[in-house]
Amino acid sequence: MTEEKTHHPEPSYLVDTGKYKGLMAWLTSTDHKRIGLMYMYAMMIFFSVGVILGVVMRIELFFPGEQIYGPQMYNGLFTLHGIIMIFTVVIPGLAAVFGNFSMPIMIGAKDVAFPRLNLFSFYLYVLGAAIALSSQFMGNGPPDTGWTFYAPYSIQTHTNVVAAVFGAFVLGFSSILTGLNFIVTMHRMRAPGMTFFKMPLFPWSLYATAWIQVLATPIVGITLLMIIAERWLRIGFFDPALGGDPVLYQHLFWIYSHPAVYIMILPAMGVITEIIPTFAQRRVYGYKAIAISSLAIASVGYFVWAHHMYTSGMSTTARWVFSLLTFLVAVPSAIKVFNWVTTMYKGSISMRPPFLFALGFIFLFMIGGMTGLSLGALATNVHVHDTAYVVAHFHYIVFGGVGFAFFAAIYYWYPKMYGRMYNFKMANWSFVFLFSGFNLLYFPQFIIGIMGMPRRYFDYLPQFTLGQQLSFFGAVLLVIGFVIMLITLFSKKGEKAPDNPWGGRTFEWGVPSPPPVENFEVMPELAENEGPYDYK
Amino acid sequence: MHNDAVHITPYRTHLWVLVTLLALTFVTITVTWIDLSALTVLIAMVIASVKGYIVLTYFMHLKYESSLFRVFVFMVLAIYVLVILFTFSDYLFR
Amino acid sequence: MEHRDDIGAKLGMWVFIFTEILLFGGLFLVYAIMRNNYSKEFHEAAHHLNAFIGTINTVVLLLSSATVAMSITAVQKGNNKLAVILLFATLVCAAVFMVNKYFEWGHKIHIGLYPGSDLMMTLSHGQVMFFSLYYFMTGLHMFHLVVGGIILTIVMIKVNSGAINTGKYVLLENGGLYWHLVDLIWIFLFPLLYLIT
Repeated sequence: MTEEKTHHPEPSYLVDTGKYKGLMAWLTSTDHKRIGLMYMYAMMIFFSVGVILGVVMRIELFFPGEQIYGPQMYNGLFTLHGIIMIFTVVIPGLAAVFGNFSMPIMIGAKDVAFPRLNLFSFYLYVLGAAIALSSQFMGNGPPDTGWTFYAPYSIQTHTNVVAAVFGAFVLGFSSILTGLNFIVTMHRMRAPGMTFFKMPLFPWSLYATAWIQVLATPIVGITLLMIIAERWLRIGFFDPALGGDPVLYQHLFWIYSHPAVYIMILPAMGVITEIIPTFAQRRVYGYKAIAISSLAIASVGYFVWAHHMYTSGMSTTARWVFSLLTFLVAVPSAIKVFNWVTTMYKGSISMRPPFLFALGFIFLFMIGGMTGLSLGALATNVHVHDTAYVVAHFHYIVFGGVGFAFFAAIYYWYPKMYGRMYNFKMANWSFVFLFSGFNLLYFPQFIIGIMGMPRRYFDYLPQFTLGQQLSFFGAVLLVIGFVIMLITLFSKKGEKAPDNPWGGRTFEWGVPSPPPVENFEVMPELAENEGPYDYK
Repeated sequence: MHNDAVHITPYRTHLWVLVTLLALTFVTITVTWIDLSALTVLIAMVIASVKGYIVLTYFMHLKYESSLFRVFVFMVLAIYVLVILFTFSDYLFR
Repeated sequence: MEHRDDIGAKLGMWVFIFTEILLFGGLFLVYAIMRNNYSKEFHEAAHHLNAFIGTINTVVLLLSSATVAMSITAVQKGNNKLAVILLFATLVCAAVFMVNKYFEWGHKIHIGLYPGSDLMMTLSHGQVMFFSLYYFMTGLHMFHLVVGGIILTIVMIKVNSGAINTGKYVLLENGGLYWHLVDLIWIFLFPLLYLIT
């Protein structure tokens, strides 16, 4: 492989070829690969901040009663933790990083459809994050509403909700433009011969995601604007004192924010669908079922929002309608899991770090998904609503699911991104720590949640002490795993990576590592009888 | 490249569309003068939808675009209608 | 190498229009719920709006939509001069609309009918909701009208300079699409706010 390198006269995208050099060359680049990497660095920083906030909360919760700070600070912490993790890490997440880096190459395109718009989205993302973070330092102190900004409290509290809400609005706009870009890219720029049903499954999942980004985000956009107008102009849509309806806020908020869960998880599922056939060296089982299940999750997932509101005083009819739909959305999700497992069957599996993380994803996603069903059921929901059980459930999905898929994706595409390998042994250790730490952190929360530990409380009854302390130790392991991962990836240069270190069949493994600026020297094509996953 | 047969809509068509839209506007106004109570809202919305359909089809050229565009518009409107219906599953049965 | 894909550009614009439709969709949903909760008060409050000004603005917007649509025909036929005139007519319509709105809002604010005012606090809940929605919906619509006006001004300059011509006019088409969206939203706003009394 390496002797072929001389046949690649095109400089790699990591080499500055334009007018600027160094940092400016990156900040002004419209190259999808560079934008993807910039998102990744930004997200790593935000994720680290979010992790630190989480650890600070866990320290306070080590013993019952006030330890190092009071309830108001705790409220501010979980709000900021939520805003950072949800709006700046997991929602743009895999789509912004790996959608940008890999998707155009995977479909055989030179770039996305609107490269400048893509860079603009990135700057909106940075701006939105900056505005959201500025809420901590300006006005009357950090917002204390939780990341959901539930009315009427969010229109009454004196803390700086407006900045946080406006930041979320700008981040939403960035997300919309990325989705728009991806939809047009996948419609217009696929390689010759690559019909929609020959497109790799990570782009497929991004396609479904992009539609949710485009169709759900505006609803929360307008809702957040209404919150700002409530606070500044007293329009009163959600203020009962003026005749408004707080439950309406919850509807509007979740019309976006539930589909947002699918914005997070669909690309994660897509990544796993790439990794498993590569490391099992087997054609993906049930290609069409996986592709269509992505669309099914996106479309059914759009209509399950009110399962967050069973205890809000919503009508009984609405409750059973949304409960039914919630159960329905489990079907396409389960289809994917069956397909992943079946793909592995009789494959020649190589246990590389990306595959290990993919297995971890399936395990954690199963737990997250199953507990989600128990929450979707009306009777159990009333019991465990707003308890630590819910906290555990959604962390299993957004961290155990999206987070582990994110790590898997980094380990999978890292050689392509930098043209370097990393130390597998270290990577495996990071998995051991992350996986065991994760379960130790969140599994006890299921148990104390069922016992009655409410979420968002800075204090608790003595019987929950053991669970909270186990969670603390889990958090420590998790942080160690994360640090090991950062060291593995970014501390020193590994050996040169071959173009195709894993034996993958999708287009990105056919180009040099790292890829040249326009990705392909010869534009790829798919022949009549070729598919995206022709392993054997 | 922009090599697909370009459809040029004649000026006349646009004028007819405009006249139709204006006529429909005055129909709505007249209808709402007559008190039909609950029916008024329905009629006004039906007429507005017809006007919207005409704007989408002719002014926004949906008639001459590939069917993909029409499918998308239909899909988006269908999703929006479903959102309204599901939200009202709460408000109508409280 | 310049990559050019007019259909792709139009597809992008349409997808953007979908987000705009759902942005207003959220607002229309609030309107629907509030109307459901307070149908009697909505009827009473709507009497306070001046249906005449509303009608004028509807006519003006429909007219402006037609001129934009015709300007595309003009460019396709190679008549850039006519296209500039038609686009200018559109902008004049937009200005008329804004002036009308200025008087309409100005009058209401003058008599103290605006969100958070003392007069507003004496009204019934349903009426407060109606006027809040009125300001929010027409305000957001006006914002889009201004943005559309700016886009069309840029387009007009480019038509005038010949940067937009018979062979390359997707920007005009996209600007037009945006303008029609503004019209489309008004088509629904007008009966809901002014007519159903």
